Amino acid sequence: MRVMAQMAMVMNLDKCIGCHTCSVTCKQAWTNRAGTEYVWFNNVETRPGLGYPRGYEDQDEWQGGWVMRKGRLRLRAGGRLKKLATIFSNPKMPSIQDYYEPWTYDYETLLNAPAQKTFPVARPHSLISGKPINISWSANWDDDLGGSREHAVKDPMLKGIEDKVRMEFEKTFMFYLPRICEHCLNPSCAASCPSGAIYKREEDGIVLVDQDRCRGWRMCITGCPYKKVYFNHRTGKAEKCTFCYPRIEVGIPTVCSETCVGRLRYIGLVLYDADKVLEAATVEDDHDLYEAQLGVFLDPEDPEVRREAEAAGIPADWVEAARRSPVKKLILDYKVALPLHPEYRTMPMVWYIPPLSPVVDVVKDTGHDAEDVDNLFGAIDTLRIPVEYLANLFTAGDVAPVDGVLRKLAAMRSYMRDINLGRDPRDEIPAAVGMEGEAMYEMFRLLALAKYSERYVIPPAHAEQAHALEELATECSVSEYGGGQGEVFGEGSGAAPTPVAVENFRVLQQTQSADSLEQLPGDNPLRGRVNLLTWDGRGMPDGLFPVDEEAGR
Amino acid sequence: MSTFLWVIVPYVCLAVFVVGHVWRYRYDKFGWTTRSSQLYESRLLRIGSPMFHLGMLGVVAGHVVGLVVPQVWTNALGLSPHAYHVIALAGGIPAGLAAVVGLVILVYRRRMTGPVFRATTVNDKVMYAVLGTVVVLGMWNTVAGSLLQFGGEYNYREGVSVWFRSIFALQPEPALMASAPLGFRLHALLAFLLFAMWPFTRLVHVFSAPLGYLTRPYLVYRSKDARPGRGTGSRAPQRGWDKPELTRK
Ligand code: HEM
Ligand code: SF4
Ligand code: SF4
Repeated sequence: MRVMAQMAMVMNLDKCIGCHTCSVTCKQAWTNRAGTEYVWFNNVETRPGLGYPRGYEDQDEWQGGWVMRKGRLRLRAGGRLKKLATIFSNPKMPSIQDYYEPWTYDYETLLNAPAQKTFPVARPHSLISGKPINISWSANWDDDLGGSREHAVKDPMLKGIEDKVRMEFEKTFMFYLPRICEHCLNPSCAASCPSGAIYKREEDGIVLVDQDRCRGWRMCITGCPYKKVYFNHRTGKAEKCTFCYPRIEVGIPTVCSETCVGRLRYIGLVLYDADKVLEAATVEDDHDLYEAQLGVFLDPEDPEVRREAEAAGIPADWVEAARRSPVKKLILDYKVALPLHPEYRTMPMVWYIPPLSPVVDVVKDTGHDAEDVDNLFGAIDTLRIPVEYLANLFTAGDVAPVDGVLRKLAAMRSYMRDINLGRDPRDEIPAAVGMEGEAMYEMFRLLALAKYSERYVIPPAHAEQAHALEELATECSVSEYGGGQGEVFGEGSGAAPTPVAVENFRVLQQTQSADSLEQLPGDNPLRGRVNLLTWDGRGMPDGLFPVDEEAGR
Repeated sequence: MSTFLWVIVPYVCLAVFVVGHVWRYRYDKFGWTTRSSQLYESRLLRIGSPMFHLGMLGVVAGHVVGLVVPQVWTNALGLSPHAYHVIALAGGIPAGLAAVVGLVILVYRRRMTGPVFRATTVNDKVMYAVLGTVVVLGMWNTVAGSLLQFGGEYNYREGVSVWFRSIFALQPEPALMASAPLGFRLHALLAFLLFAMWPFTRLVHVFSAPLGYLTRPYLVYRSKDARPGRGTGSRAPQRGWDKPELTRK
């Protein structure tokens, strides 16, 4: 057993309203540079739909991920020799047209146009060729099923059920799928990189591109089946989602999670057995992959696992965090989260709770009680199309696990209605899906009510190992500033400067997880001082302005 | 003059080549890339790039054999100069042709595809001009000089090659070059110029040809503090910047 820790994410799709806040904040934080105009580390796609880049899930076309060939796991696009033989021109690289041609507007005409009868118009100009373009596609062209008869029907995941879907298109279903890099346990992007620039971090499993080692061979772009490595066309280097590692290292969630309007993202650790990864990725039948992936995870409650974790150098507070991890609970305890496309065999680490809403909506539309457990169960059984579609996304087409999850969600809906209405909870409802009433209530709490600190259980990286906090590249560890009692100074206190990220992250973390200012713990520096990022605009708290040194003397 | 052209220039260029690469590697790893333009355009690249590169690799291999292996060695192997010549042409002409045609396709693509042209720097243009001239001159020497034998026969293995080796033996023999045909002299001179430019252009990618890929395991694991001085957060301060001191009162 070789215990490793992995930072993982779960998204509860029922709650996604498709607002794209995550995409926008992520872009502002990471890819608002020349060369990355078309790069969306986080994107939100309407399903059924083509996704981004267009039709990326069609691996017959794009050749991403791994396949089993002659009993061995191989890169679908070809192994080492083939990669080197075709290095001068990658045979399967998506072109900018498969993403979209990013553009800007010629705003200057708006300002400089002379007085005239007609209103001046800012024309779109391509950021790639610099010429005027006709905008005909973008990252979300088919948002909300826009033009679905033309686009969504080409969704690769509708293969095999396309006739049925078209027949029912009037009462079609729809949901949003936010996607980031999966930070896979068996990343095919890394395996495809000829220079070995893409690596998986030993501590937290985050997959990164070393910008100093990337040589622009652009094989990773083909290698990733989720198309989550992008080529920066200015620097000539590959870039990908970093799981906001500078934030994660100090214990705060990724930007996309932090800003998620639906509060549907969960971040936490899972422990896994690195020795079992390859074995699990090589089970023959695609339908067994979900179970095989579950088998790779380790239970942090198991004393044996904890011993091994300690031996592997995983700090105790990390193991503790793994026990409290919401991700572990959703994946392993309640088994309501499923991996996206396990059939790519990369062992993705961003999992999804499939949406029940397509089913609920249909029941509601037919005038039936959409919170009645029998109605919902019946609908799950008869509404094969959404279920089959979800199975194509999350379980390589095996409907049984999806069925199971949807039933749990339906049962939770009914069970909680009784409780909310003050009726006696009916224990036969959780029993019908093999759960205890208490567990179901806990699951409901985690899915519906969980606070910031329960949704994001992120142990800070061990700064004592890391020597230095990055922001100022000092030799002072994080804990020296933020950990101890009353240790935080700010510029307002007249003491030495504190790295601003350290201060803000603690303040924000606590204010976000507390319901009111009074609830803030005693060591929260908000009590003594504020800065403009943490001031809520009310009153003029002490410490808003530096103490007047003359007067103070 | 002949000492300047055939002794000083080569040594200066080689020094720039070596020192330049060391400097570039140490100070600009981030800029060390092929700067692939495949995202913009694939169709022409798929034909031009492999053709150019495979041709080029053949040409480089041919140069290694032709310049480095002394004629006496091949003679000793029982290979007559004439037989060697035939073999060299049989390999060199197709390779050179592929390189030239590939290069023409690549340059055409650079110029005619809007986005690729926009992403072409002055550096690229100068590099292409010199590289193109060197390749064309080399082709000319082979076709006109060796195949058609315009202006009489010239056995470069008794002239240019010996001079080339003499440079590395640190006993340069400029006279050999001074008496070589004009085409060969120009080709050699511009090639050294190209070497001097090399570390400052995208051509540095040649030295990171990823052969290690064949032997390394597929997955790379790395500790986040594997490199000294790296800490929590993001990257360490870059060379050339003082580390800010943080003192606490
Ligand atoms: C030895 C192994 C080599 C490898 C693996 C290699 C690989 C590459 C790759 C991947 C590109 C980017 C193509 C693209 O996507 O746009 C490229 C471009 C280029 N390479 Fe190489 N190369 C090698 C050797 C050479 C040599 C020996 C030369 C010339 C002396 C050369 C000259 C060029 C030029 C001029 C370009 C730019 C092509 C363009 O986009 O116009 N390469 N190379
Ligand atoms: S999802 Fe992320 S880790 Fe997985 S193969 Fe793609 S880029 Fe690599
Ligand atoms: S911010 Fe949240 S709710 Fe909005 S699109 Fe992103 S994941 Fe969905």
